[in-house]
Amino acid sequence: MSTTIDTVQAPDRTATYDNRQAFADTLVELARTDERIVAVCNDSVSSSNLKAFAAEFPDRLVNVGIAEQNMVGVGAGLANAGLVPFVCSASPFLTGRSLEQVKADVAYSQHPVVLCGMSPGMSYGELGPTHHSIEDLSWLRALPGLDIVFPADRQQTAETVRLAVELRRPLFLRVGRYKVPDVTPAGATLERGKVQVVRDGSDVALVATGTLVSVALDAADLLAAEGVSARVVNAAWLAPFDEATILAAAAETRAVVTAEEANPSGGLGAAVTGLLAQSGPSVRRPVRVLGVPTFAPTGSNAFLLEHFGLTAAGLAQAARDALAEG
Amino acid sequence: MLACDEARTASWRDARARFEKATPEEQVELLAEQARLTRLDVLETISGANLGHIGGDYSVTDLLTTLYFGVLNVDPAQPRWDERDFFVLSKGHCAAALYTTLSHAGFFPREELPTFAQPLSDLNGHPNRNKVPGVETNTGPLGHGLPVAVGCAYGARLRGTGARAFAIMGDGEMQEGSNWEAIMSAAQLGLDNLTLVVDRNRLQQGARTEETNALDPLDEKLAAFGCEVRVIDGHDFTQILAALAPSTTGKPVAIVANTVKGKGVSFMEDRVEWHHKVPSAEQVEQARQELAGA
Repeated sequence: MSTTIDTVQAPDRTATYDNRQAFADTLVELARTDERIVAVCNDSVSSSNLKAFAAEFPDRLVNVGIAEQNMVGVGAGLANAGLVPFVCSASPFLTGRSLEQVKADVAYSQHPVVLCGMSPGMSYGELGPTHHSIEDLSWLRALPGLDIVFPADRQQTAETVRLAVELRRPLFLRVGRYKVPDVTPAGATLERGKVQVVRDGSDVALVATGTLVSVALDAADLLAAEGVSARVVNAAWLAPFDEATILAAAAETRAVVTAEEANPSGGLGAAVTGLLAQSGPSVRRPVRVLGVPTFAPTGSNAFLLEHFGLTAAGLAQAARDALAEG
Repeated sequence: MLACDEARTASWRDARARFEKATPEEQVELLAEQARLTRLDVLETISGANLGHIGGDYSVTDLLTTLYFGVLNVDPAQPRWDERDFFVLSKGHCAAALYTTLSHAGFFPREELPTFAQPLSDLNGHPNRNKVPGVETNTGPLGHGLPVAVGCAYGARLRGTGARAFAIMGDGEMQEGSNWEAIMSAAQLGLDNLTLVVDRNRLQQGARTEETNALDPLDEKLAAFGCEVRVIDGHDFTQILAALAPSTTGKPVAIVANTVKGKGVSFMEDRVEWHHKVPSAEQVEQARQELAGA
């Protein structure tokens, strides 16, 4: 979409919705008319929100038990046999325990498997870093040929599920656990390899992904009250990366802030800084990279987001700092 | 992606037709001769590339030959035909044996074999499904093939194609836990259209399996995990053919194929160093003579 959205309506952000429900509802809806759609999980029928799918299509749900390497391999085999598998598991185990299967069986083999990383980031706050998935974006962005999408709201979640079935290519879909408001402007639709500008602005670009896009919009409100115009980019589609829209956001503002509920060393922060560093003086801007660069201490998800500055106040302060440097 | 060699595929179709009409004794002769030709081409391929895994290639050659020249319902002219049987060589380091067998069936020209492992060749040291027709999934890291075969078997059942899925693992590879995860799933799902074969040559890269992380009693372990187990001489074509017949119990079939690493060349047989040693010029000549006289 264009970088200007004057003509579109920004949605109300007072109500919040569960992206997992949007994922589950869309999958069941599509499966009713597309017999190729199957689900694979690791004893995670409930936590992957597959109960309704299992009830309606019992033969099309393969629960391999607590065996993530096998889970991803089975998904690759189902894809090879002509089916459209959605392989669902808590993201730390899907991406960590079966990383080599994701590499060899899915990305390198180019089997069209949809890998669904549920409850990513620090969703399982108090359960600690073993159950956090802050590494997934870095690990998976290192794999050629794998699309990576972290939808920001229920509409994007549903659109990603639909697009994944159409695309028939290896894809990692990161599905947030906690409720978030709608952020997709009316009329905007998800396109492969494109990111969306969800608020226009000329002083600073806030580039966020997934569950932090609504936080970036809140930060833009805080900045607007101070007379600072923030552009907010929803970087849901992380690979392949929409370099043109990111470069335009940098070129048309004076500073850049990235925010992700993940380790930015190989995630969105790395994608944006690496791009800007290689793209010449027109996009040489002060940058602040926000994320989860260390194993988190104990605390709820909300506490940890605050701890790492992944809040509206945190993003706004990062924007002020970057602008002051410029 | 390499393309089908139509002339050779036509010959392969004739060979399969002859095989179907042949007596059991004639079938064994046909397979033995085909396996001999494969071992000769593997020898040239590996000595030409100056790398490879000839010991494991030779232990699995008779199994591969029986599958492609006597069992698998595949079409080299349509490698992704959607009702095909699926075969996965999980021990992907034995790519030279797989490539040779596929080329003899015409999946791609035999003339490509000398490019094995050469710069930019489609014939990588481990098989790639996006470059080599007939390869179902990319293997190389161990413990990957069987889960994929389980998915293929279940997919064939869901789609009602009647297709079967086969996977061959090295015996050392059975030390990978993912194989046992996959076997549990296969049993749980009642995949009677899945056959897994363990190439039981009793040697892994560094030493004997039983001196490393012992597998015996492998047959009892496979049975305990819910398989219909068939223990055979993996170089006896009569036994291989019988073992590759469909399940009779509703369970997945697990074949323990007792084989000899380096089978067919006297100085390679059952010697750990031939896991990935490359024969010298004199050794190649001796191997040629032994295989010619076989």
